[in-house]
Amino acid sequence: MADVLVVAEVAQGRLRKTTLSAITFARQLASRIGGGFSVLVLGKGVSGPAQEAAAFGAKAVHVVDAPALEHYIASTWAAVVAEAATRVGADFVAATSSTFARDLLPRVAARMNAGMVSEVTAIVGDAPPLRFKRPMWAGNVIATVEVKTPKAVFSVRGAEFDAAAAAGGASPVQALAIPVTADPKVRYAGFAATISERPDLTEASVIVSGGRGLRDKQGFEGVLNPLADALHAAIGATRAVVDAGIAPNDLQIGQTGKVVAPNLYIGVALSGAIQHLAGMKNSKVIVAINKDPEAPIFSVADYGLVADAFKAVPELVEEIRKVRGA
Amino acid sequence: MKILVTAKRVTDPDAKIRLKPDGSGIETAGLEYKLNPFCENALEAAISLVEAHGGEAVAVTLGDDAAVQNLRTALAMGAARGIQVKVTDAELDSDLTARILARVFEAEKPDLFLLGKQAVDGDSNQVGQLVAEVLGLPQACFASKIQVTDGKVLVTREVDGGLETLELTLPAVITADLRLNQPRLPKLPDILKAKRKEVKTLTPADLGVEATRKVETVSYEAPPQRAGGVRVKTVQELVEKLKNEAKVL
Repeated sequence: MADVLVVAEVAQGRLRKTTLSAITFARQLASRIGGGFSVLVLGKGVSGPAQEAAAFGAKAVHVVDAPALEHYIASTWAAVVAEAATRVGADFVAATSSTFARDLLPRVAARMNAGMVSEVTAIVGDAPPLRFKRPMWAGNVIATVEVKTPKAVFSVRGAEFDAAAAAGGASPVQALAIPVTADPKVRYAGFAATISERPDLTEASVIVSGGRGLRDKQGFEGVLNPLADALHAAIGATRAVVDAGIAPNDLQIGQTGKVVAPNLYIGVALSGAIQHLAGMKNSKVIVAINKDPEAPIFSVADYGLVADAFKAVPELVEEIRKVRGA
Repeated sequence: MKILVTAKRVTDPDAKIRLKPDGSGIETAGLEYKLNPFCENALEAAISLVEAHGGEAVAVTLGDDAAVQNLRTALAMGAARGIQVKVTDAELDSDLTARILARVFEAEKPDLFLLGKQAVDGDSNQVGQLVAEVLGLPQACFASKIQVTDGKVLVTREVDGGLETLELTLPAVITADLRLNQPRLPKLPDILKAKRKEVKTLTPADLGVEATRKVETVSYEAPPQRAGGVRVKTVQELVEKLKNEAKVL
């Protein structure tokens, strides 16, 4: 019987909440193929995140805990994930799309001789044959694809699969004795973290996002920070803003950055290029504030305000504070 | 050093893509084609590395004869010669693309293989990683900085949460992100010179690759369109609507 193996993502010693979208996908897929799903947690000192992963009804949480897995290295990790899939009898491997999953999963697919579907947004029909929807051309086309190999690997759009809720009870947490050989051709040479007190973009329920119309770092932060504070929002940015060094790469929303779908997305002084819309147009409520009435962002906005952001946003902050009684 | 670098032909990244009425594919009438933007970054990196360290950059494309036009753009940017593997996009999936490129790599034996991190048509973001695994090479994807020293390459990667740095032993596979560089615009003399540069045409069969796919596209559809929204006149009206209508405040 075919099973689904979810590769958990761990950051700062915790299970990344984004993992819960892949668990929802795995539950759906498992029910269609009449199998079950389990979760794989890899790293060094990952008993904490393994316990966290046990709350979602998986048959088991498999753990590979090894010093050689202290830092994520694609080649080293892909070998472990593919071996783990074989050991636990999983023909399908899934993870929520992130730079980690995008980097890792194709190598896993190659090792498993499996077809891979990137950025899955939906499962279509019942097996066989299983089909999957995924966006192409910056989300302007949705393709339905079929995997022809018996095994398959999926990266899953977090914005399209709700985070799994706790299932009650705890899955058994089991160590997998897989020998780990660190790839001698790769040396981890450091990480410069983007320091932020704000919610993670992919997990935030409110996002305020700025474009080149905010001119410079001072304009970007001066306009967006008070708004983000008032709404407890994450801050996002367009590619142009990141290219100009105004905001860190971690904040980029779009075709090649992060794909988000918060309850409320406020786009400030951004035009709404095709590439940006690809990353946010599935937000539940979209607000656009731009002084150019022809900006493409207005075509996807539920509420559009044609105004100079430097004047309108401070006013907006005041009004939000009033209605929130703060 | 010798660098192999991809030059994929894609639909104009800024064009509004529409489906054919029968959903069998996209409407290509009037559509322009360009080099994949991420391949342009990879090409710029390859050419500047060759300028700094010597050697040659070899550009490779998988595509029909029209793709040779875009391959010529890569040669005009500064690649020494080109390889076209003649196959149409419809015949390919990421896996087959990677298996073909892996054979090209084995034939060329470069020190470095640079690719765009994704093609802006298929948006799969798989090929570089697949090639690396097929060839058993180390990879650094989503590169924003590349420094080559002494048989090794130090790569800064744009990842969730910040910037990671890896040191790879050559030969290695690197995929380019947009902030890696500003791709050069070829000058007229370079465009003319590029017409005389060698372009070798091969088929998957020439490379000993069996042209099978692991993933097939069954159909295409347009994404759901958002219903048109409303314009508000004032900030007060906006807040009122967000609170009472959308109920998100």
